[in-house]
Amino acid sequence: MNVDQTTFRQALLDPDAPRPDGLADGQGREAGRRFDVYRNNVTVALGDALETAFPTVAKLVGAQNFKLLAAAYLRQHPPKSPLMMFYGEDMPAFLATFQPTSTIGYLPDIARLELAMRHSYHAADARAFDPAVLQSIPPEKLMASVVTLAPATRLIRSRWPIHAIWAFNNQPEAPKPIMASEDTLILRAELDPVPHLLPKGGGAFVEALLDGESLGTAIERATIENEAFDLSEMLALLITNNALTDLKD
Amino acid sequence: MFDEIPKRIDRLPNVPGVGYKPQHFADINAAPGVVGWLEIHAENYMGDGGRPLAQLRHLAETFAISAHGVGLSIGGETRLDPDHLKRLKHLNNWLQPASFSEHLAWSTHGAEFLNDLLPLPYTEATLNRVADHVDELQETIGRKMLLENPSSYLAFTESTMSETDFLSAIAERTGCGLLLDVNNVFVSATNLGTDPIAYIDAFPLDYVGEIHLGGHDEDEDDHGAPLLIDSHGQEVADPVWTLYDYVIAKGGARPTLIEWDNDVPDWPTLEAEARRAQVILEKVAA
Amino acid sequence: MSNTAKSIAVAGAVAAALAASLSAPAHAQSKEKCYGVSLAGENDCAAGPGTTCSGTSTVDYQGNAWTLVDAGTCADIELPAMADGSERMGSLEALDRDLPA
Repeated sequence: MNVDQTTFRQALLDPDAPRPDGLADGQGREAGRRFDVYRNNVTVALGDALETAFPTVAKLVGAQNFKLLAAAYLRQHPPKSPLMMFYGEDMPAFLATFQPTSTIGYLPDIARLELAMRHSYHAADARAFDPAVLQSIPPEKLMASVVTLAPATRLIRSRWPIHAIWAFNNQPEAPKPIMASEDTLILRAELDPVPHLLPKGGGAFVEALLDGESLGTAIERATIENEAFDLSEMLALLITNNALTDLKD
Repeated sequence: MFDEIPKRIDRLPNVPGVGYKPQHFADINAAPGVVGWLEIHAENYMGDGGRPLAQLRHLAETFAISAHGVGLSIGGETRLDPDHLKRLKHLNNWLQPASFSEHLAWSTHGAEFLNDLLPLPYTEATLNRVADHVDELQETIGRKMLLENPSSYLAFTESTMSETDFLSAIAERTGCGLLLDVNNVFVSATNLGTDPIAYIDAFPLDYVGEIHLGGHDEDEDDHGAPLLIDSHGQEVADPVWTLYDYVIAKGGARPTLIEWDNDVPDWPTLEAEARRAQVILEKVAA
Repeated sequence: MSNTAKSIAVAGAVAAALAASLSAPAHAQSKEKCYGVSLAGENDCAAGPGTTCSGTSTVDYQGNAWTLVDAGTCADIELPAMADGSERMGSLEALDRDLPA
């Protein structure tokens, strides 16, 4: 009896499936629960990877519930790449449809934030340019310039207060979240990604820059979104976090 | 400076090394003790930048680095993942590790990565496939690789040759070296009721470029027979040290790695394990 | 606002931003910066805990295993179920039927 890898894999992720024939112990007896070593390895390793990947989601739903959620997820969405550091790409969509979490409206966006944190962590390094350059360019020309943001920059726009929810779960003494739309910008000043709450209009501003629009267009879009957009506050955040890496005419 | 190639140390010394864990970065730099080289899991350094690569660049200036792949699925029934081959090539090019190794196992099925080292039957068909995959990998990365013996929890009734014959044949055909995991030998021998000393006696020790030592857990099968699990979550067991002593006395000193991946201990505990290996290595050096 | 006025406003904002952000430190990767917590999710080659855990459990297929007792911080956050404000909810809901597998 030959055991092909399709048969092996089928039984691996389905505890109700019979164990494959053709597997034995050293004495020629059926392998029995020896096969379960592999079932456990796969399930536990993928479950642990999800737990380290989505610590805030896990805190929100509770550790035991997260284990159930992870076990369902890993069977529906096994990794599609050998890079475990990026495992969980389908988690936001999964949380929206998984019945016990489907009523927690903000949960998918928290998962998006946590995915983005890992992508930021592993993103390419880039050197920030000297921000004094911004002052040396005539304003008219500056408005037409295109600013490149560091590769580790990630923008999460949400209808939920996801920055507040993230802080509530990760920072001591953070206040209880109240309902608001929040745009969060993940910046990596050096090697540690940090989620920052964007000021009013900041989401539109950063979105435009990430789309390759000029500084002038980005300011315009930010002001349309919210008249109170404060460019100096926005720029200070980007400058302090080494996020401005290139400036082109 | 971000793409700089670190100073290369081109071979692993015959001293103890440890599996690198980021939480040990500061201790390794401050007090490496007898630890003379480090092993990294290749897949954890396939991002584009950030802390993992920054740490590795610093470590590679001081320590010889062994890159150990855990995700290529060399024993897979389907062709090797071309994207992953490219990533392995890129890593080997920039890091220029002192050694590159992978496992005699499969872990990918179709588009799925199952994140475990799954077992293979030892048949002519498997031999041909694994040899082709080793050839393809060595060609891609432009260097010789080491292939590691697995931990077995069960046997395939279809197998027609022993694991040692299988590994010898792969090494002869492809020119690859072998990574001898002494804990895996002990775990497999216990689980399948064979003699670990006989396994070592049949193993082509001349091909061995590196040795692994790690801790295992104890469980039992349906018949109450011992079933050891290769968990890498504790000290190396005493009988594994005895077997290691036998290997070194027979084959001579080899770069020896302490693997501790689960419940990772503090640095002094890990370094103490490395010192235990050093004592055995020094017996043959003297 | 005229283009000139806009430009003046931008120049002012740039000056203020520069003043607010102390001159950005040089981005050198010193050894010290390499110290720090890693965002995990790593590959390794170790095995899990034997034969008797979640890989053989079918409990996750039963929705009623989802519990309110261990509901997590979610229970402390009072936000509507939907962003449009509909269906207010205070905590997780228990399930009394099977989850989709």
